[in-house]
Amino acid sequence: MTAIAAPADAPASALDTVPKLLLHNAKRYGSRPAFREKAFGIWQTWTWTETKDEIEAFAIGLKLLGLKHGETVAIIGDNRPQLYWAFCAAQSLGAIPVPVYQDSVAEEMAYVLKHAEVKYAIVEDQEQADKVLSIADEIGTIRKIIYNDPRGLQKYDPNGLVSIASLQEAGRKALKADPAVRKAWLDDVAAGKGSDISVMLYTSGTTGRPKGVMLTQENVVISGRNANLFDHFTPDDTMLAYLPMAWVGDHIFSYGQAYAGALCVSCPESPDTITEDRREIGPTYFFAPPRVFENMLTQIMVRMEDAGRLKKAMFDYFLKVARRVGEPILDGRPVSFLDRLRYRIGDLLVYAPLRNRMGFSNLRVAYTAGEAIGPELFSFFRSLGMNLKQLYGQTEASVFVTLQPNGEVYPETVGKPGPDVQIRIAENGEVLFKSPGVFLKYYKNDEATAETKTADGWVHTGDAGFIDQRGHLRIIDRAKDVGRLTDGTLFAPKYIENRLKFYPEVKEVVAIGHGRDYVTVLINIDLTSVGNWAERNNVIYASYQELAAHPDVYAMIERRVDELNRSLATEEMVAGSQIRRYLILHKELDADDGELTRTQKVRRSFIAERYAPLITALYDGTTRCQIKTEVTFEDGRKGVIEGDVKIVDMKTYPPVKAAVREAAE
Amino acid sequence: MKADVQERSGAAGAGHAGTDRAIGDVLLSVENVSLAFGGVKAISDVSFDIRKGEIRAIIGPNGAGKTSMLNVINGFYHPNQGTITFKGTKRHDMRPYIAASQGISRTFQNLALFKGMTTLDNIMAGRALKMRRGLLWQALHWGPALWEEIRHREAVEKIIDFLEIQHIRKAPVGKLPYGLQKRVELGRALAMEPELLLLDEPMAGMNLEEKMDMSRYILTVNDQFATTVALIEHDMGVVMDISDRVVVLEYGRKIADGTPDEVQRNQRVIDAYLGISH
Repeated sequence: MTAIAAPADAPASALDTVPKLLLHNAKRYGSRPAFREKAFGIWQTWTWTETKDEIEAFAIGLKLLGLKHGETVAIIGDNRPQLYWAFCAAQSLGAIPVPVYQDSVAEEMAYVLKHAEVKYAIVEDQEQADKVLSIADEIGTIRKIIYNDPRGLQKYDPNGLVSIASLQEAGRKALKADPAVRKAWLDDVAAGKGSDISVMLYTSGTTGRPKGVMLTQENVVISGRNANLFDHFTPDDTMLAYLPMAWVGDHIFSYGQAYAGALCVSCPESPDTITEDRREIGPTYFFAPPRVFENMLTQIMVRMEDAGRLKKAMFDYFLKVARRVGEPILDGRPVSFLDRLRYRIGDLLVYAPLRNRMGFSNLRVAYTAGEAIGPELFSFFRSLGMNLKQLYGQTEASVFVTLQPNGEVYPETVGKPGPDVQIRIAENGEVLFKSPGVFLKYYKNDEATAETKTADGWVHTGDAGFIDQRGHLRIIDRAKDVGRLTDGTLFAPKYIENRLKFYPEVKEVVAIGHGRDYVTVLINIDLTSVGNWAERNNVIYASYQELAAHPDVYAMIERRVDELNRSLATEEMVAGSQIRRYLILHKELDADDGELTRTQKVRRSFIAERYAPLITALYDGTTRCQIKTEVTFEDGRKGVIEGDVKIVDMKTYPPVKAAVREAAE
Repeated sequence: MKADVQERSGAAGAGHAGTDRAIGDVLLSVENVSLAFGGVKAISDVSFDIRKGEIRAIIGPNGAGKTSMLNVINGFYHPNQGTITFKGTKRHDMRPYIAASQGISRTFQNLALFKGMTTLDNIMAGRALKMRRGLLWQALHWGPALWEEIRHREAVEKIIDFLEIQHIRKAPVGKLPYGLQKRVELGRALAMEPELLLLDEPMAGMNLEEKMDMSRYILTVNDQFATTVALIEHDMGVVMDISDRVVVLEYGRKIADGTPDEVQRNQRVIDAYLGISH
């Protein structure tokens, strides 16, 4: 691969805004593809020169319409080149794009548009135009709606709506009529500064109202440039833009990185054709949240179930080979010649066709983030030869806080601090960072800004974590959920729970420890996995309760807990949270009984109340406990499950001092 | 930004009357049509017309003769009595080939797609009448034949885009869910660029969301391509929302004809739907 560090021939400091990068790319990479979109079944391509012309005409059109410096423009729709151009066109005039989640309902949209005081709304189609129209009066500041796809909109009031195409047409006419128009636009672009506000991204706001995160041009440009350097992206790289444009990830990947490195961005034909489109484009750079990978794996497995016997045998055999040697080969670790040969054959017969099926034939780098990814799932894709890595980031950081470097990928960590990122762990375990991507402030919310960002530029992530011996960050829990044992040791319930849940035999875990002397856990076994084991080992059982109480099952879980304790002992921050006692619950935690939320999250406080006798027993030293629990059956009737639950004492290990401790900063 | 604009655009709840669409002269009229299968009288002496640019609904209880009426209009059945006038030409009966080549296309109550073929090929089949090159040329797949295919493929792709079925472009239709098959069938009917589109229960067996989508497609076809639509439908909410005029059949006879409002207030219609015996 030719390593062209994108803006190497121009001083990076001169290219401090995206519109400047556009002009630079048009000059330097003029004939290379910038955008692709599938329209009417055929991929259409715009080169960087064409992109520049489109954006220029768009910007002049917006200027003629009345868009001014400092005003905000909403951008709503699926990933379309025209909407990506809208960002740059608005920015070239000093206006601020505000992308909005395209699937939000009108009422949700109204809050954001009103809060951001948008003057124009650039929308994809009739669906979005209708939503904006229905709230236009409430918002009160919208002068015009600008749409991309005219279908169904022909008969709408032309005073309220105008198409992107007609704006561009007006722009082109003005450019042709008067050369001063182009000069004025170029002057506008040149007047842009790195410290200008480039975009306002509203956080989805699981708690409370969404907050408008203001990023500067430098935030986006430098973050994009650094990320490109980190993974050596060149203008040969290409990606498929399919995640919401209002999400910071897409904004940095498909916009910041794309402009900073002159990468090519492809837009799918429709949200339903992403899989097919990905196969056709063959992206070299791909991002997806864990659930996307999970769906892919499920689909492969389901289809393999239907495959012929020979194919299935081949698949199983070579997957076993991949599981053993795939990751070491990917990481460049020593692997025997014979295994390498096996892997090569497997690649020819199984891995390469699988990658092709998923559209990953050309893949160089894939990232996942957002939630914990199961180590098995993670390893599956890596063992097939895909360079899948994790990163940790947030809107306030312009995405990147930590990333896993090539060859240093550990499923349990989220990687090392990215280029120019500093990380600090606060007293309470919270992760703080400082980076070139740190946001300016929350729009019209100085209080929240002050809570999140310290005066000297450190940002509170709200997540608790620690840096391990290898210098990698590990996130353990939300900072607010982290408690302390009576001796002051940090206790992160979610961390313990997730670690145990990664064992296939364990389905749910509730860890207890805040304000207690030591950590205990309540465990739910996984009926599918343990039931399978029981079948193979001739263990007879009639119900979950019976299987859960089986001595062999207890022995199996005990081994797992012991394994975890040994591992926890090596981790400085959590060595004190080793599990002292545990029990296996006599019933499965169930949303119908209120023990889980409908999204299958454990309701800790409710469980503490419901199983109070068990919890008391965990801390008073008894080894058996009688419990009666009311349950709700699927038809709504209630019944009582009675059980005699055994409580097991575990051995704990003295903390192992870390041999090497790399400083993170 | 006017409120009426939004109202018009929302799918099923739109209320179709009162927009600025031009509803013109009579496009098709049936006069005193009767149809009998042996001793069974399917249609007795029914007359009504369909005007250019309107959405015309035919409703009635089961066995009222609605589908037979559509079959008469597109020439699949030949009436025992009466005449059919299409675009000014009066005929005793229609022939399917003439109907199709003169601009009448239709969909079927029980789907009549080529199940083993892809969505794309099914809709391409709708262009068959518009293809000028013969079998030999098409087999050669070269020069004019290739050029012709590209032109037709373009038209088909526009329909695929319009109906938002890109993701099933290459999927065999037999494996698709019912709602999507209905959409493909509409696509094939649209591929003929019809002047008069006959839809036989386009929303049967659909959920609310699919019905709203289908309503939106019908309204848009009518609105933007100025296609006249005649449809049979059992969902009264949809019928009353999207149609301009409604004709009501019962036991092969016409019992009412008028705007949705008029029809809804008609006592005989109410009786027929509530099943009161006479």
